[in-house]
Amino acid sequence: MRYIDEYRDPDGVRRLAEEIGRATGRAWTIMEVCGGQTHAIVRFGIDGLLPEGLTLVHGPGCPVCVTPIEIIDRAIGIASQRGVTLCSFGDMLRVPGSGKDLLRVKSEGGDVRIVYSPMDALRIAEANASREVVFFGVGFETTAPANGMAVYQAARRGVKNFSMLSAHVLVPPAMEAILSSECNRVNGFLAAGHVCAVMGYEEYEPIAARHRVPIVVTGFEPLDLLQGVLLCVRQLEEGRAEVENPYSRVVRREGNAEARRVMGEVFRVIDRKWRGIGMIPRSGLGLAEAYAEFDAEARFGVGGVSVEESGECISGLILRGLKKPVDCPAFGSRCTPERPLGATMVSGEGACAAYYKYRRHEAGPAGGRNNG
Amino acid sequence: MVEGANFSMSCPIPIREYPTVQMAHGGGGRLMHDLIGKMFRAVFKSPLDRGHDGAVIDSGGGRLAFTTDSYVVRPLFFPGGDIGKLAVCGTVNDLAMCGARPLWLSAGFILEEGLPMEDLWRVVRSMAVAAEGAGVSIVTGDTKVVDRGHGDGIYINTAGIGAVAAGIRIEPSRVKAGDAIIVSGDLGRHGVAILALREGLEFGCSIESDCAALGGVVADLLRCGAGVHCLRDLTRGGLVGALVEIAETAGVGIEVEEAAVPVSEPVRGACELLGMDPMHMANEGRMVSFVSAECADAALAALRGHPEGAGATVIGKVVAGPTGRVTLISRIGSRRILDMLSGEQLPRIC
Repeated sequence: MRYIDEYRDPDGVRRLAEEIGRATGRAWTIMEVCGGQTHAIVRFGIDGLLPEGLTLVHGPGCPVCVTPIEIIDRAIGIASQRGVTLCSFGDMLRVPGSGKDLLRVKSEGGDVRIVYSPMDALRIAEANASREVVFFGVGFETTAPANGMAVYQAARRGVKNFSMLSAHVLVPPAMEAILSSECNRVNGFLAAGHVCAVMGYEEYEPIAARHRVPIVVTGFEPLDLLQGVLLCVRQLEEGRAEVENPYSRVVRREGNAEARRVMGEVFRVIDRKWRGIGMIPRSGLGLAEAYAEFDAEARFGVGGVSVEESGECISGLILRGLKKPVDCPAFGSRCTPERPLGATMVSGEGACAAYYKYRRHEAGPAGGRNNG
Repeated sequence: MVEGANFSMSCPIPIREYPTVQMAHGGGGRLMHDLIGKMFRAVFKSPLDRGHDGAVIDSGGGRLAFTTDSYVVRPLFFPGGDIGKLAVCGTVNDLAMCGARPLWLSAGFILEEGLPMEDLWRVVRSMAVAAEGAGVSIVTGDTKVVDRGHGDGIYINTAGIGAVAAGIRIEPSRVKAGDAIIVSGDLGRHGVAILALREGLEFGCSIESDCAALGGVVADLLRCGAGVHCLRDLTRGGLVGALVEIAETAGVGIEVEEAAVPVSEPVRGACELLGMDPMHMANEGRMVSFVSAECADAALAALRGHPEGAGATVIGKVVAGPTGRVTLISRIGSRRILDMLSGEQLPRIC
C-alpha cells in the first residue's frame, strides 16, 4: 500500500538502525511526544533496534490520558441528565472517572454515542431539536481545528441545542513543563508529526534554543521514527539544538493556515490541569468569548466538579518520561484494560495500554495475564 | 427458578466494575470471553464442553453436532449479504467447525412492530437461498413480535444439527506443536463493510462482506484425513480472538508471520485510517485450520478448490509454548503478543 509499505521496508529499517548504532557515542534519552508514536514504537519493536544507552521514553501526547478525572466526571454528570445526548470519540468512553466510565452510563440508560467526526455530533443536534447534544471535545492541536469547526458551524447555522465540553490541550507548554522539571532526563524530542501538520514547527524553535534540546518533527511509521531518532542523536553528538523536519511529506514550517485560523477564532488559550501531571499554565483551549454560549460546562452547571486521582496510579510519572509502565507495581495485576486505574491503560494511545497489548510478558510475574 | 448452593456463590462477573451488561460483553473480546467462561460455562457445566463452537453428541447410531447463534446485525442489508444469509451461514459454519455435515436448522424470529413486510420477505427469501446453497433444511421455527422501539427490526436465532462422520475428531485438544495454521482467505471484509455502512464512512471503493457458508469447503478439507486437527470460524474477535482461544484451550503457543496474513488493500487502507487491526475485525465466511505439517499442502489444495477458500494460505505454526500465547513476527522481524481486545475495537482519536 502506498505511503505505508515503503515506510515499513525491512531493509530500510535495518540500514537506519545500523546508522543510529554508528552515530551513537554516548548515552542519551529521547522522548517521543505523541502517544501514536509510542504505540508504533512498541508495536514494531523499534526500541529493541537501538544501541544500548540510547533510551526512548514516552511522552504526554495522549489527549485521552491527560484529560483530568474531573472533566471525565463532568462529562458523566452531563450524560446522566435526561434529554441529553453526549457524543465523543470511542477512546473517551472507557476512561475511568472517579466512580464509573461513560460506557457504564450508556449501559445504565444514558444516551452516549461514539462519533467519528465532531460534525456528526452537530448533525445529531440538528436532527433532534428537542434534545441537548453535547460533544466531548478532547485532543491536541491535531483535533482542535475539526472540533472547533463544529462549534463554528453551529454558530453559523444557529443550532441552539448543541454545545461542547472542551478538554483540548497544547503540546509546547507540556514540553516546556517537562524540560523545566528538576528531575527532567530528556535530552531531545521527537515532535508529534500530526500536531505539526496543523501548527507547523515555528513555535518549537524558541524551546529548542532556550533549553538547548534538539527537536525533530517525526512521523509514525518505522522508518519515520528511526529517521527521527537518527537526526536527534546526530544533533546531540554534535552539540546542536535545532528544530529539524524530516517529515516534510506532511509538515510545513507554517503548518495549516486555515486550520489555525479556525482554532484562533473559536478557542482561547487557558490554564489547564493535566491528569497525573497537574496545572500547566496556558496549556489548554477553552471556548472564546464570542462562542461562550456553546460551552457545555456553563450550560449544565458542572464546572465546579472536582475530584482526586487514584493514589496508586503512576501515570503522571509515565507521562513525564520518569517511569515506564512496567515499573508500576499495579501494571497487569490491579490495573488492566478491563479494570484500569488510570487513563493510560485504556486509551488507544496510552503508554500502559501499548505495553499491556504488545509486551506484558516481559514485565515479570506481576505483568502476567490477569484471569482474575 | 434454580435455587441452592450454586447460586449462593458470588456472581463471577465482578458487579462492582460491571453492575450492568455493556456492549463489550458481546464484543468478542476478553469481557465476553470472561462472561461466557465464568458465568455460563461455569454454571451450566455441560458434560459435552470441549471449548468448541458446538457440542458433539453421541446419539448411539452416530455422532451429531448441535449449536445455536443469534443474529442482531444492523443494518439488516449490507454489501455481500443480509441478516438472513448471515443467520444461515453463521450456524452452518459453527457446525462445519465441529467437523460436521450441516443438516437441519431452526429459525426463531423476533420481529419489531412496524417492520416493512417487504424487508421480512427479502430476508426470508435470502435464508432459503442460503440454506439451499449450504445443503441444509430449515425444519422448525418460532415467531414473536415485540413493541415498536424494543427491537432493531429483526433478530434471528438459528440452531443447527449436523452429522459427524465416523473417524472425524475436530477439536482444540488435538492441536499440537508443529501444526500448520491456515486461513481460508483475506481478513476483515465483513467488519469493515458493516462499519462503513453503519457510520457512513466512504473509502472510495465498495468493500463486500465475506459472508458465506463453509460446509462444502470443510467437507473437502476433511477428506485430507486425520491430519486436520481443529477448525474455527473467524467471527467476532477476528483471527486474534480465535487463535488466543485455541492456544489457551489446547495449551500450546502460536506464532504468526505478519507478512503472510492476507488482507485486501481496501480493508487494509480502511483499518489504517481508523486505527483498527484487520486481525481483530469480524469475518463471516473465513476460518482458520490447524493441520499437521505433513497434511498442509493437501489441505491448501482442498481449500483452494472452492471459491470460499481460494485465498487460503499458511500464516504460521503451533509451537510448544509459552502456552496460551500468540506471538506475531512483524515484517521487520520484531516479535510482539497478539491478544484479545478488552471489549470492542474502537476507532482511535487522532
